[in-house]
Amino acid sequence: MSDIVAPRIVIVGASLAGVHAAQAIRRAGSDATITLIGDETDQPYDRPPLSKQYLAGEWDADKLALRPSKDPESLGVDWRLGTDAVGLDLDTRTVRTLSMADGADEIGFDGLVIATGARARRLPGTEGVTDLHVVRSKADSDRLRAAVDDRGGPIAVIGAGFIGGEVAATFRSQGHDVVMIEAADAPLTRVLDAEAGMLVAERHRAEGVDVRLGVGVEGFEIDDHGDHQHVRGVRLGDGSVVEARTVVVGIGAIPNTEWLGGSGLELDNGVRADSTCLAAPGVVVAGDVANWDHPRYGRSMRVEQWDNGVDQGGYAGRRLLADLAGEPAPEPFGPVPWFWSDQYDWKIQFAGVSGPTKETVHGDPAEGRFAQLYLDVDGAPCGVLAVNRPRHAIKGRQALTAGASVEEIRDTLA
Amino acid sequence: MKVVVDFDLCESNAVCMEIAPEVFEVRDDDFLYVLEENPGEALHDKVRDAADRCPKQAITLED
Ligand SMILES: Cc1cc2nc3c(=O)[nH]c(=O)nc-3n(C[C@H](O)[C@H](O)[C@H](O)COP(=O)(O)OP(=O)(O)OC[C@H]3O[C@@H](n4cnc5c(N)ncnc54)[C@H](O)[C@@H]3O)c2cc1C
Ligand code: SF4
Repeated sequence: MSDIVAPRIVIVGASLAGVHAAQAIRRAGSDATITLIGDETDQPYDRPPLSKQYLAGEWDADKLALRPSKDPESLGVDWRLGTDAVGLDLDTRTVRTLSMADGADEIGFDGLVIATGARARRLPGTEGVTDLHVVRSKADSDRLRAAVDDRGGPIAVIGAGFIGGEVAATFRSQGHDVVMIEAADAPLTRVLDAEAGMLVAERHRAEGVDVRLGVGVEGFEIDDHGDHQHVRGVRLGDGSVVEARTVVVGIGAIPNTEWLGGSGLELDNGVRADSTCLAAPGVVVAGDVANWDHPRYGRSMRVEQWDNGVDQGGYAGRRLLADLAGEPAPEPFGPVPWFWSDQYDWKIQFAGVSGPTKETVHGDPAEGRFAQLYLDVDGAPCGVLAVNRPRHAIKGRQALTAGASVEEIRDTLA
Repeated sequence: MKVVVDFDLCESNAVCMEIAPEVFEVRDDDFLYVLEENPGEALHDKVRDAADRCPKQAITLED
């Protein structure tokens, strides 16, 4: 590569996946120039604490800093924070940007990493309704904390997914009245299964959360104070009204792909890419926005999990370098996914993907310490759920990665 | 390189041990032991990777 000028790499999305892509490019010893574009103004931070310790007020903002960019200088990138990528032109190989400080700009690249993540889904038709919150950014978490400090409970959490569950647990642990509303008959059925979801629901009930399942949200009761309005309650599909002064909506996330409209990249539940995370020549994707062909599962997947952001960010950086240098691609990116969620004293961890049947291989669900093995339609191991057994999840993940049999996994996790 | 673990953050999930068993060990008592506080050059990549992948960001590496 010595006779070529250093490649210009642009990374869009200055968060978990983007920062890890930059770090991997530097660690590979590349002399590429890296421009890191992010629309948030804060230095990159870690999101998991936003619904946990940071929301609880136990951690201050310093503790959120992402490791690779704790010392922003050391990453060796041209930081463009507070800058929106608004368009991509693959013919001229430029990213169009817009920022408050510098106005409109065009940045040329040889290689591009797309790591624009996802944003919180909002309830349709609720624009302009006050006291409605989501938790995706530090600013969201700050706003929610301030609202609860200001107005107190009761707090209604709409959606009993992982983030909703964590927010409910955080506020309930601080003594607030919390009601959690879920349209499905059990929480977490999209990711786990109804039985596991009900265990989590019961854990919340035991703490005194009012958990309403199988009921949707019809609308909001609003107090009109003339110059300002406040929420008083949430109207449910069954006609009941639950009192609420603050409402948190946790109904999933939408990948941030709007800026790529008309670019020619295939946009379908994120940015589509091959099994090596390549979306087009010289263009790679990573993190929550990536919908790539997962070689292990033989289908495309989009994974909204922290570990994947770190892993795929690093992989995408190396993949891009190989592409720019005309070298063969690394092995396809096919890890067993893995995530955790902390609610009260429960550490919930899940490796792999859910399946139609499962068995308890360790401990006892009734005691809140156990590991369960999920089997796919063919009866092969596909997932391991561990509650308050953090090591079992990682062992389970290793075993799934190695393609271990049901018997072997029963033994390892016993 | 010096490995420092914040044991208030560590939850003993053994992610680090999976990546760098020469340096990190979670024993049957469910505590993490740092076997090698000053790992040699050859282990630096693995240890960095372990620090990156620790979900609790409990591992700090000092120069
Ligand atoms: C509250 C919360 C709690 C979580 N807890 C856990 C947990 O306990 N366990 C777990 O495994 N996972 C958890 N996650 C998931 C994990 O944080 C995500 O998977 C991870 O943040 C994904 O990283 P990313 O870099 O792909 O995307 P993001 O973190 O979403 O970053 C994308 C960045 O790109 C920016 N951006 C978007 N569009 C543009 C544009 N056009 N121009 C410039 N910049 C743009 C965004 O503002 C953002 O800064 C949690 C997430 C949240 C929100
Ligand atoms: S990966 Fe982190 S949390 Fe897990 S055992 Fe190691 S130091 Fe502790």
